[in-house]
Amino acid sequence: MADKKLQIALYWGAGCGGCDVAVLDTNEFILDVAALADIRLWPIAVDGKYKDVEHMQDGELDLTLYNGAVRNSENEEIAKLLRQKSKIMVAFGSCAHMGGIPGLANLCKKEEIFKTAYLDNPSIESRNQVVPYPQTKVEVGELEIPTFYKRVYKLDAIVPVDYYVPGCPPAPHQIKTVLLAVVGGKLPPRGSVVGASDRAVCDECQRKKNEKKVSKFYRPWQIIQDFDTCLMEQGILCAGSATRGGCGVRCPNTGQGCRGCYGPMPNVKDQGAKLLSAVSSVIDSKDPKEIERILAGIPDFVSMAYRFGLPASMLQRSFQQ
Amino acid sequence: MAFEPRIVGFLCNWCSYTGADLAGTSRVKYPFNVRIIRVMCSARIDPTFILKALSDGADGVLVCGCHPGDCHYVEGNYKAMRRYALLKKTLRSLGVEEDRVRLEWVSASEGVRFGEVIADMTEKIRKLGPNRIKAELILDKAER
Repeated sequence: MADKKLQIALYWGAGCGGCDVAVLDTNEFILDVAALADIRLWPIAVDGKYKDVEHMQDGELDLTLYNGAVRNSENEEIAKLLRQKSKIMVAFGSCAHMGGIPGLANLCKKEEIFKTAYLDNPSIESRNQVVPYPQTKVEVGELEIPTFYKRVYKLDAIVPVDYYVPGCPPAPHQIKTVLLAVVGGKLPPRGSVVGASDRAVCDECQRKKNEKKVSKFYRPWQIIQDFDTCLMEQGILCAGSATRGGCGVRCPNTGQGCRGCYGPMPNVKDQGAKLLSAVSSVIDSKDPKEIERILAGIPDFVSMAYRFGLPASMLQRSFQQ
Repeated sequence: MAFEPRIVGFLCNWCSYTGADLAGTSRVKYPFNVRIIRVMCSARIDPTFILKALSDGADGVLVCGCHPGDCHYVEGNYKAMRRYALLKKTLRSLGVEEDRVRLEWVSASEGVRFGEVIADMTEKIRKLGPNRIKAELILDKAER
């Protein structure tokens, strides 16, 4: 417990580890972080045990960056533990912010996921029918693994969150800004989305925009695109109009439509609904049959609209019987 | 107690709301299950409204606008038509039953038709049963 060194923890819930890598992508700045702060827990990079965290006093940590969604009982337990021990809890990255890619699992049932993962999959031996159970009896006693929940939750559905850093992963320059703000004590009001702008990706995108009239949607590989013109005008789906900027327009600048990882614009409750409005407004037809035909060019709209935010949307999951 | 569907009806000011008004003044009998919200145009209805109604427990959502070609704002109902087509696709993927959300064109002179639409929709939703979204989201919490 040195003099004024910042005490921080980084944790991953149901995520891919990309957010942790994004922190390392701040390059030599990470060394400054190490000089300014004691990293008390960071499963991907630093040795630190849950037990050590349990022994901390409440509020002993200055900052926790929690990435990943909440998918199982371990994610929830550690989220609650870190919340108790931290002065500032940050939902770091799309998964913690809105559920992220793992949140798309809310379109399926837990049983379906188990079936695909453990039973009915070309890469599984047909005789191998082993499914994990939360408790297993062995000779020496009972073994426990975390319980897999019915669905995925965003972090603030489980514990109160002070700040949100969006992105899949958050842009390294934004991570730097956020960490420096914490060190300098220059933090916005609690509950804010930090490390992002208040304008849409479209607003920051340099492509030329005109009136949009689309009579056929294309996947990016189906068309030779014009790099100076708005993607949506060319019939390539782009979530830029419904997505918060600040990422540096990373995807449209490389020829891909925005995927929406920075989440909804300020005060928007449901990002997918806004994208739905935007996409349907560019369709160039007044005939219901023709509209259906054009829309058939979008095979899986729900996964596009809620690619990163299904658990944060109004319906939160699928209700298929 | 028998299940009585609760339907939220978004009606455009110029045609459909006037049509509903006509149903009233002409003493057309139709089920009491619809709660009407007047909006200026069917294009005003953000899909967010519909999702909010569904997640807050509405058993059905009805959107009514002017017939194609008759929009007071020239093209508003076409915008609603396109949006509705994509919304239906999305709701299907989210497992929301087909009959819960419906788009109908009702003109200012179609008071009788308005009554028929409400009666038909109410019966279809009665068959479906209550909207389970709100209850299921509460059950999710209990499971944890």
